[in-house]
Amino acid sequence: MAINVFSELQPKDLLFLGEAALRTLEISLTAIGIGSVFGAIFGWMMSEGNRIVTFIINAILDIFRSVPLIIQLILFDSFISIAGYPLPAFVSGTIVLSVYTAALVANVARGGVEAVPASLRRASRSLGLSYWQDLRYIVWPVGLRAVFPSWIGVALSVVKDSALVSVIGYVELLKASQILITRTQDTFVILTIAGLFYFALSYPISKASEYIERRWNQ
Amino acid sequence: MIEIKDLKKSFGELQVLKGIDLTVNNGEVLSVIGSSGSGKSTLLYCINALEPIDSGSILVDSISVHDKATDVNKLRQKIGMVFQQFNMFPHLTAQENVALAPRKVKKMSKKDAMDLAARQLEHVGLGEKVDSYPSALSGGQQQRVAIARALAMEPSYMLFDEATSALDPELVGEVEDTMRMLAKEGMTMILVTHEINFARDVSDRIAFFHQGRMEEINSPDQLINHPASEHTAKFLSNVR
Ligand SMILES: Nc1ncnc2c1ncn2[C@@H]1O[C@H](COP(=O)(O)OP(=O)(O)OP(=O)(O)O)[C@@H](O)[C@H]1O
Ligand SMILES: [Mg+2]
Repeated sequence: MAINVFSELQPKDLLFLGEAALRTLEISLTAIGIGSVFGAIFGWMMSEGNRIVTFIINAILDIFRSVPLIIQLILFDSFISIAGYPLPAFVSGTIVLSVYTAALVANVARGGVEAVPASLRRASRSLGLSYWQDLRYIVWPVGLRAVFPSWIGVALSVVKDSALVSVIGYVELLKASQILITRTQDTFVILTIAGLFYFALSYPISKASEYIERRWNQ
Repeated sequence: MIEIKDLKKSFGELQVLKGIDLTVNNGEVLSVIGSSGSGKSTLLYCINALEPIDSGSILVDSISVHDKATDVNKLRQKIGMVFQQFNMFPHLTAQENVALAPRKVKKMSKKDAMDLAARQLEHVGLGEKVDSYPSALSGGQQQRVAIARALAMEPSYMLFDEATSALDPELVGEVEDTMRMLAKEGMTMILVTHEINFARDVSDRIAFFHQGRMEEINSPDQLINHPASEHTAKFLSNVR
């Protein structure tokens, strides 16, 4: 009897994919969270800082926006290994993905700050609000509403781009699918399931954002 | 009292205010007229420390506005300002617009600030509109909310920078009426305006600005009917 090296897709494989989807969610949300905080700070610095600050930050972030993420991941992962400080794949993946997210969010945040008319800010300052109060109570809510759809767009693309973290060995959804495909050769079914999982992760995000936008517009 | 002494102010190479001396007494309504670019808005921004100055001084109730030791956020509570753009905070209702600064700057409780806001909106004739967002208000109504918002800080002075010039003609009246009401109540005001007739009605004095200088300041009757400067005469004949 010939030994079949390939085996059928089993119910527990679905569980395996489900767990991997959760890992995709985990690394994406972590990167979106960290990247958005730093991106907002960079965006604020670019729109309020002097020309030199803006130029330097923009030039640095441009590198992260233009070099393909897959190259950044491999370079960073190899670099820290060679330097003698290897990190778990989740950690180095999160770092690279967060920096990448921050670079994208910085532009969105800058647009948000600049979407708030100067005259509106003069009006709030003329009432006695401090710079930080103006930022907190006027610029943040008004700017956020202006760029919220773009920020959601970045978040959704980070969920998809997190698939690239598989190249440094983190077993998220795409990597898990590849493992199953290698074993079962059932490319079509497995990738369809993986696609459905990505959809299931993204759909609630876009629905929630639609809901929030509708509430803002009453 | 607002005392301005030899005020000079430039934007880069361009000198916009070339030595302004002006005193505005308590209870006085002063209108400022002059052609576009003569420095009227800049003067108001300097009084409120929204723009730094090059030299000279501005004293508001004897507090030097541009002194480094002056707490401008505190000073600005004395000076309400209304702009040409309506500048309502778009994410807040009329009442929340008015209540924001009392809450955050004066640290009033939410309830007290909202009550105060309701009273101020009532005062400018917008008692019905407390829950409206700016998008649901006319320009005239938004401008009156802006006035109520400034008044909620209980300022001693009100600065108006062409508060009616972005309005449709039929809405100018309601905002002018609100400004007239304030003048009657004894508010000290500086009005930058293009509406000469309104300026004549409401002002104690009118100042004419020309190319960064205060060319002439006089009673409305004198300045409008017997202008001392040919620039004033020319400006008046152009706007009428
Ligand atoms: N932030 C700024 N940066 C550079 N130049 C400015 C700035 N603000 C005003 N200016 C210039 O200063 C001059 C005076 O402007 P200002 O707004 O005070 O004039 P104004 O008398 O209010 O005119 P208008 O009737 O058009 O409102 C103008 O030439 C204007 O272009
Ligand atoms: Mg002006």
